[in-house]
Amino acid sequence: MDQAQLLPGTLDLLILRAASLGPLHGYGILLRIGQISGNALLIEQGALYPGLFRLVRQGLLKASWGTSENNRRAKFYELTAAGRKRLREETASWNRLAAAIGSALAPQPEEA
Amino acid sequence: MKLPFLPEFDSIHFRVATLFRRSEVDAEMDEELRAHILHRADDLERAGLSRAEAERRARIEFGGREKYAEECREIFGGNFARTLVQDIRFSLRVLRKSPGFTIAAVLTLALAIGANAVVFGLLNALILRPLRVPDPQSLYTLEHGPDKDPGESYPDYLDLRDRNRSFDSMTLIGIVTVGLDTGMNPSQAMGYEVSGNYFDALRIQPYLGRFFHDADEHGPNSAPYLVLSYAYWHSHFQDDRNVVGRVVQINKHPFTILGVSPPSFQGTLLFFFPDFWAPAVNHELYSGQNILNVRDQQDFIMALGHLKAGVTPVQAIADLNRVGAWLEKTYPKTDAHMTFSLARPSLAGDILGPAVQGFLLGLMLLAGLILLAACANLGSLFAARAADRSREVALRLALGSSRRRILRAVFTEAVLISLAGGAIGLAGSVALLRELSVWHPIPTIPIIVPVSPDAHVYWAALLLALASGFLFGAVPVRQVLRTNPYEVVKAGSTGIVSGNTGRRITLRDVLLVVQIAICGVLVTSSLVAVRGLMQSMHSNFGFEPRNAMLVNTDLHMAGYTGDQASAIQRRMIEALQAIPGVKSVGSIDQAPLDGAAPNEDVFTDETTNLVPSKAAAHVMDYKVSPDYFHAAGTTLLRGRDLSWHDDKSSPNVAIINEEFARKIFGSVNNAIGRYYKPEVGPRLQVVGVVEDGKYFQLTEDRKPAMFVPFLQWSPAGTWVVVRSERDPQQLAASVRRVLRQMDDGLPFEIHTWPDALAIALFPSRVATVALGTLGMMGAMLSITGIFGMAAYSVSKRLRELGIRMALGARRREVLKAALARPLKLLAIGSAAGLLLGILATKVLAYIVYQANPRDPLVLGGVVLAMTLLGLVATWIPAQRALSVNPIALLREE
Repeated sequence: MDQAQLLPGTLDLLILRAASLGPLHGYGILLRIGQISGNALLIEQGALYPGLFRLVRQGLLKASWGTSENNRRAKFYELTAAGRKRLREETASWNRLAAAIGSALAPQPEEA
Repeated sequence: MKLPFLPEFDSIHFRVATLFRRSEVDAEMDEELRAHILHRADDLERAGLSRAEAERRARIEFGGREKYAEECREIFGGNFARTLVQDIRFSLRVLRKSPGFTIAAVLTLALAIGANAVVFGLLNALILRPLRVPDPQSLYTLEHGPDKDPGESYPDYLDLRDRNRSFDSMTLIGIVTVGLDTGMNPSQAMGYEVSGNYFDALRIQPYLGRFFHDADEHGPNSAPYLVLSYAYWHSHFQDDRNVVGRVVQINKHPFTILGVSPPSFQGTLLFFFPDFWAPAVNHELYSGQNILNVRDQQDFIMALGHLKAGVTPVQAIADLNRVGAWLEKTYPKTDAHMTFSLARPSLAGDILGPAVQGFLLGLMLLAGLILLAACANLGSLFAARAADRSREVALRLALGSSRRRILRAVFTEAVLISLAGGAIGLAGSVALLRELSVWHPIPTIPIIVPVSPDAHVYWAALLLALASGFLFGAVPVRQVLRTNPYEVVKAGSTGIVSGNTGRRITLRDVLLVVQIAICGVLVTSSLVAVRGLMQSMHSNFGFEPRNAMLVNTDLHMAGYTGDQASAIQRRMIEALQAIPGVKSVGSIDQAPLDGAAPNEDVFTDETTNLVPSKAAAHVMDYKVSPDYFHAAGTTLLRGRDLSWHDDKSSPNVAIINEEFARKIFGSVNNAIGRYYKPEVGPRLQVVGVVEDGKYFQLTEDRKPAMFVPFLQWSPAGTWVVVRSERDPQQLAASVRRVLRQMDDGLPFEIHTWPDALAIALFPSRVATVALGTLGMMGAMLSITGIFGMAAYSVSKRLRELGIRMALGARRREVLKAALARPLKLLAIGSAAGLLLGILATKVLAYIVYQANPRDPLVLGGVVLAMTLLGLVATWIPAQRALSVNPIALLREE
């Protein structure tokens, strides 16, 4: 399976997106990212946590302890209002960037 | 049994423990990461793996758990203390692994910081720390004239006190030596004569009894009161509280002890702690002279006082100059140059101030250089270590450690070493300073160097330790930052290109040269100082101290005055002359080089208006007995000696020295038979010329001096010079017997003349000891520096040397290959140090008598010393290089 290396800074965006669908614990977020990206992104599992901690510290996520579906104690993350706002902004900005890069890289008529 | 301090200790321990305990955040994070791995393992188990295998795989997939935990902790930031503890533990482990390096580094720093703490302690005690009186910042002493003369006459003091508008109250002090008889053994005591308002002006409260006040004075000799210093009371009255009200004899006059000063108050001169305080209005009782009405006796007293609140020193000076102008106008005969400046009273204004300050600042500079050299030394050691540990650093980087973290470890190591060194150095210096404060450098005078260390010294040492730690810790930073883990790990240990094998100049080379140059400066200056002292011991003082005894007495102390004193002095000289084995005896009113310098203005015979501004010269003024020059060993160049016929009934005559003759009469031959005028009294005829000498201090330029017959002048003090080749102990016993027979109430002291010169030689002795010590330290530092460099360079190139030997290189070539570079650096550094040292010793000339850096002996000594240092330092590495066994070495790889 070919997996793409993450662009710097995009992990935070993915975490916010994953957590926007409801409270999840760390492993759950990882699974959700895999699920929504079609397992196309390579993320080292541990690397998730500094990202999570950073977002909590910035007030974009909030965390609380709960019990997981496997009946284990785990910390669950959900978006705060600020997180939701940030996700919207970042998504819009990413889309603009992706569109621009995509069109820049698309084969031009004279090249074809 | 539980010791009383244990509970406190326990609670401190507990607090430290909580501070460093793994925080809750940490525990939570651990649990969270473990939960992640377990969830992953659950999934893997469901996919068919065994539980153990699943958990193993989950851990691997998770990646560097410690690294991520660390990153998370950094995000929370609150782990400074914890990381610090980790760093310290790690550093301690690393340092324990190389005890030789650690001990060398700590000791180097201990020496350097210790030296700095001692010098700073001196600086702090003598210059920075104010006198121990209330509100010391506003306390000033007056100085006048272009020479900043701190002496005022008593009438001038009264005018200044009454006419100024800027001082709260102005007081005066003078130093007096008296014979103090408490009913037992009469002995000399030194104290301050002060104005009645002294204690009130300084706002000091008595420890016992009461002090005297302005109201106790009613003109000359009206206030026979005495206040004892705590120390004198303690040593001479055994803390007897009934001493208040007791009557004692001062120079055979009754004085009442009023009280005892508090132990913290030791007078207003830093070096000179008085035995007692007594009112200055009784001056005649102390010295036999009435100076209270003499306006041109300006060398007895210092005026000092607190400025009024809100008055700046500049305003006060303007105010004093206004009074000064009035004095000059009103008393043109006696008062000239009455422009004032203010100084701190603690070092007798500008008499001692600049010299002490200059000396201490010079020492501080040298001590700073020592510390710099030590830092350069440790810096190069650290750089070498960093090079050796580049594989370890590379490995740590490869395993995910951040460069910042590695640099933190380096700095932690450096600071640990510097703190340990600082602590040891400080402990040593505190011990030394305590010794110094109880040291009595000159037995005849209550001079004390009050330098017990205080919080300032501790802070200074701590700051120096931290600063130097960061300074030498910073040296290997670039190395760490440039480490490329991939390259280093790939190349292996042998592939690291060491800075020493390359041709280019490395930072370490520069550091070594700097260090050696600094040490060269120190070695040069200490040799110059030692040589200067040696020469000053053997130079021409204008008298011969060897085989001479000084008997110091004061006939006024025994109640003799005027002609009566002269008669008894003559009898004393004759009686001493009769002692078997005594060659000659003479007396002088103030022994030269004994700290005091009686001087006065003289005028040419043609001058009629004898005001200070018309003076032909300012000369040393001594009253001597016939035969004094013979007894003192002073050569009479022309004319005749004084005789017992030069008394009050004969014409007034004087003997002058060469410099006097040259200055006033043009030449020695010209002077005999000519006349000149002193400040007071009839014109004097020159009957003889003697050789020049040293009168006030060894470093002085040639000074004019005059010697007049004591029979014509009746001086106060008497120093009898007894020349004899007999054993000093026996001679002293005979002298004592003779004097006791004459008058058993006469206080006197007997010293050999060389012993009595302690005062004059004191500054250069101190300078020599200080510079010698610093020079030794410099030498030790350069040994460790060169040794470190040479040893390192040999150890780095052992394999290369082995191959060279295997290929047939000779011992000489091996040595050259191994040690050429360190020796070359040594040569460059020494040359630079020598040059700088020669420049620096020009400064030394102010303190050290005959400090001449161009002395070939000094130059040779420095070159020899540095060569020897180089040989000593490279000896062991050279042996190691020669003992290389090529076969064993090559097999090792």
